[in-house]
Amino acid sequence: MQDTKNELYEELIIAGFGGQGIMLAGKLLAQTAMNCGREVTYMPSYGAEVRGGTANCMLVIADNEIACPVVGKPDSLVVMNKASLNKFAPILKNNGLLIFNSSLIDIEPDVDESIEVIRLPADELAVELGSIKAANMVALGAYLQARGFLDIESAIQALPEILAERYHKTLPLNSEALRRGAQFAAGAIRR
Amino acid sequence: MKVNTELTTTKRVLMCGNEALAEAAIIAGVDAYFGYPITPQNEIPAYMAKRMPEEGRVFVQSESELAAINMIFGAAATGKRAMTSSSSPGISLMQEGISYLAGAELPAVIVNVMRGGPGLGNIAASQSDYFQATRGGGHGDYRTIVLAPASAQEMADVMPLAFDLADQYRMPVMILADGLLGQMMEPVLLEKKEKRKLPPKDWALTGAKDRPQNIVRSLWLKEGVLEKLNEKLQARYAQIAENEVLCEQYKVEDSDIVLIAYGISARIVKSAVTKARKEGIKAGWIRPVTLWPFPSEQISKAAEELRIFLTVELSCGQMVEDVKLAVAGKSPVLFFGRTGGGVPTVDDVLNQIRQLTIKHKS
Amino acid sequence: MKTVFKRTPTYKDVPTHYCPGCGHGIAHRLLAEVIDELDIRDRTIGIAPVGCAVLEYDYIDVDMVEVAHGRAPAVATGMKRTNPDKIIFSYQGDGDLASIGAGEILHAGHRGEQITVIFINNAVYGMTGGQMAPTTMLNQVTTTTPKGRNAVEQGYPMQVCELLAVLPGTIYIERCAMSNPAAIKNAKKALRHAFELQVEGAQGMSLVEILSPCPTYWRMNPPDAMAWIDREMVKAFPLGKIK
Ligand SMILES: Cc1ncc(C[n+]2csc(CCOP(=O)(O)OP(=O)(O)O)c2C)c(N)n1
Ligand code: SF4
Ligand SMILES: [Mg+2]
Repeated sequence: MQDTKNELYEELIIAGFGGQGIMLAGKLLAQTAMNCGREVTYMPSYGAEVRGGTANCMLVIADNEIACPVVGKPDSLVVMNKASLNKFAPILKNNGLLIFNSSLIDIEPDVDESIEVIRLPADELAVELGSIKAANMVALGAYLQARGFLDIESAIQALPEILAERYHKTLPLNSEALRRGAQFAAGAIRR
Repeated sequence: MKVNTELTTTKRVLMCGNEALAEAAIIAGVDAYFGYPITPQNEIPAYMAKRMPEEGRVFVQSESELAAINMIFGAAATGKRAMTSSSSPGISLMQEGISYLAGAELPAVIVNVMRGGPGLGNIAASQSDYFQATRGGGHGDYRTIVLAPASAQEMADVMPLAFDLADQYRMPVMILADGLLGQMMEPVLLEKKEKRKLPPKDWALTGAKDRPQNIVRSLWLKEGVLEKLNEKLQARYAQIAENEVLCEQYKVEDSDIVLIAYGISARIVKSAVTKARKEGIKAGWIRPVTLWPFPSEQISKAAEELRIFLTVELSCGQMVEDVKLAVAGKSPVLFFGRTGGGVPTVDDVLNQIRQLTIKHKS
Repeated sequence: MKTVFKRTPTYKDVPTHYCPGCGHGIAHRLLAEVIDELDIRDRTIGIAPVGCAVLEYDYIDVDMVEVAHGRAPAVATGMKRTNPDKIIFSYQGDGDLASIGAGEILHAGHRGEQITVIFINNAVYGMTGGQMAPTTMLNQVTTTTPKGRNAVEQGYPMQVCELLAVLPGTIYIERCAMSNPAAIKNAKKALRHAFELQVEGAQGMSLVEILSPCPTYWRMNPPDAMAWIDREMVKAFPLGKIK
């Protein structure tokens, strides 16, 4: 994640299936990063690819100008279903971060020892809060906590900017979900 | 009715390239947008459908790209700033109209958010319409100015320039982007740019009130007349080649290998060159911003010393031909690319750099 | 001495390139007269087709544009939408409008563009040397129907007015002819009405089809060509107000 001079350069992939709010989580992260003065690129998968059932987005968040927005080897990976884990885990960098939705992924990921792994029961935590739809925010909360370069409250502040007006009634739920994910990650036993 | 609620910002906003381009066109004073849906540029018509009426301007979803380019032809003939956007198959259908715009000396802005081809191809990002864009594309002896942005910010920045160039030189200007640039979101600052000093549109069809009839045409049957017109156009193109070339470069003079790429490929190349430098490889890059006129002089100058030129494209090798023309045999010119929606990673490009520089040294 | 024909100012005083007995020249004159009578010359923009009338701007003294084959209705859309105060007309042949430009006219009518369309049906492609048009009559000999048009292989003469009249976006459609003095007078009335509607700001497209002689490629002398319209063409293309 860190460049030699301690400058932030984080490459991330968030992936899952259509309907899990993958794009929204990515957009919120991008918005938060920008609001906090970072450089950011957010690249969604689009079109037929999305219709096929899988959804993913690539983000680069950095202190300085970002050249390439295409993520070849992510520092971090947040995966919400098994297919995405299988697809992206092999390209995760050593010493990287893997957060996976253990509610839907019943296998132990086979990744390098150096990788920090957080098994996050995102769906269950979201259901506890009132809706499985908030699982994306639980995952993002966990990610922000684990990486620590952006704080949860900034993400909560950015929520109204990326949620369409008609969804603003879900702001309290999504805020809680971000906090719950962060709380989980803070206490999680990591490998 | 002019409402003027253009969304100029003093703060950066997160926007995808397609939307940044659309709002920038509005700020640049586009009077009318005509277009037909096609992925990956659908954000542009959707944005325009909402914003143009808010500004009291014209939005029409045409029945085809053929109609869209001709609607532009009509609006442009009356002196209005008009634009369309499409993606590769739609741009093919527009070639007739683009040739007529060139022949009738009408300004227009055409956005091609390229996707994979030939045929229906796919909707992934591609750079395989370079030949079509830079060679004219339609029939006849003409050129279009081609601008290649490489970020969401530049998708916005090229719009006022495109309209000014079109008006100044009375010709179609094409923005050549790709699916990734269109879909990708980045922070964007939207500012109003000062217009160039532009000649009056005294040729426009506005109704022959207190003046002789104006005629906009491209048919010249009398012997020698078309030849004269074409010579006039060529002289104008020469002037453009002289004055309007835009390109960026990095550490070219102190390099053993120069990478040449435009648009999204240039972003990948920049990262690869930075990594190569960290490994002690003397690499640099040149990024054409105008694809026509092409920065031949800059490349030719770089080729005066023996160094390797590596062109990177999302195609099977199109711009590389212009690079070869510019290098003119003075140095080796190589190509690396992916096609049909494939995108090389930074490491792919870095490996090419490593291999070529090792070979070169031995 | 009584003046029998006074040239209207918008009809330029130059010889035309049309063949003797061609309908285009008469249609131009009627058009120019209507423009002058309605006093709209200085806010009218015309669109010339690809076809024998491609040089129409050499004869009609208004601002004019020449466009790609068949695309006039799209060009007119671009003009009218950005210049609602201007009077926009397109002038198109049957190859231009009913064949290569069928999509554009259909959709301009469908959208209800506030434009006036003058549609010259001469049952052939004149400019390219007398090939079959969508409006060519059954059994009519052309260079591409050497044995005469045959419905099984080439379809029936296309009734453009009737087709377009179905669309809610068209407000006025009439078919006229350049075949005798009374018919010509009627054609002028129809043209005038089509322009008046646009001047009034009526919501929709108006179109006047004119059955027009092409003696050259009908291989007839001018009087016979006129008579052929009245005798044969009107069977496939009945005259009168269609909408
Ligand atoms: C794209 C294209 N295809 C073909 C032509 C050749 N062409 C010129 S005029 C014409 C037919 C014109 O016929 P019509 O519209 O009936 O007009 P007329 O000459 O009969 O008045 C054709 C096919 C062209 N100019 N452009
Ligand atoms: S060929 Fe026919 S339509 Fe053309 S000018 Fe001659 S008579 Fe008129
Ligand atoms: Mg004809």
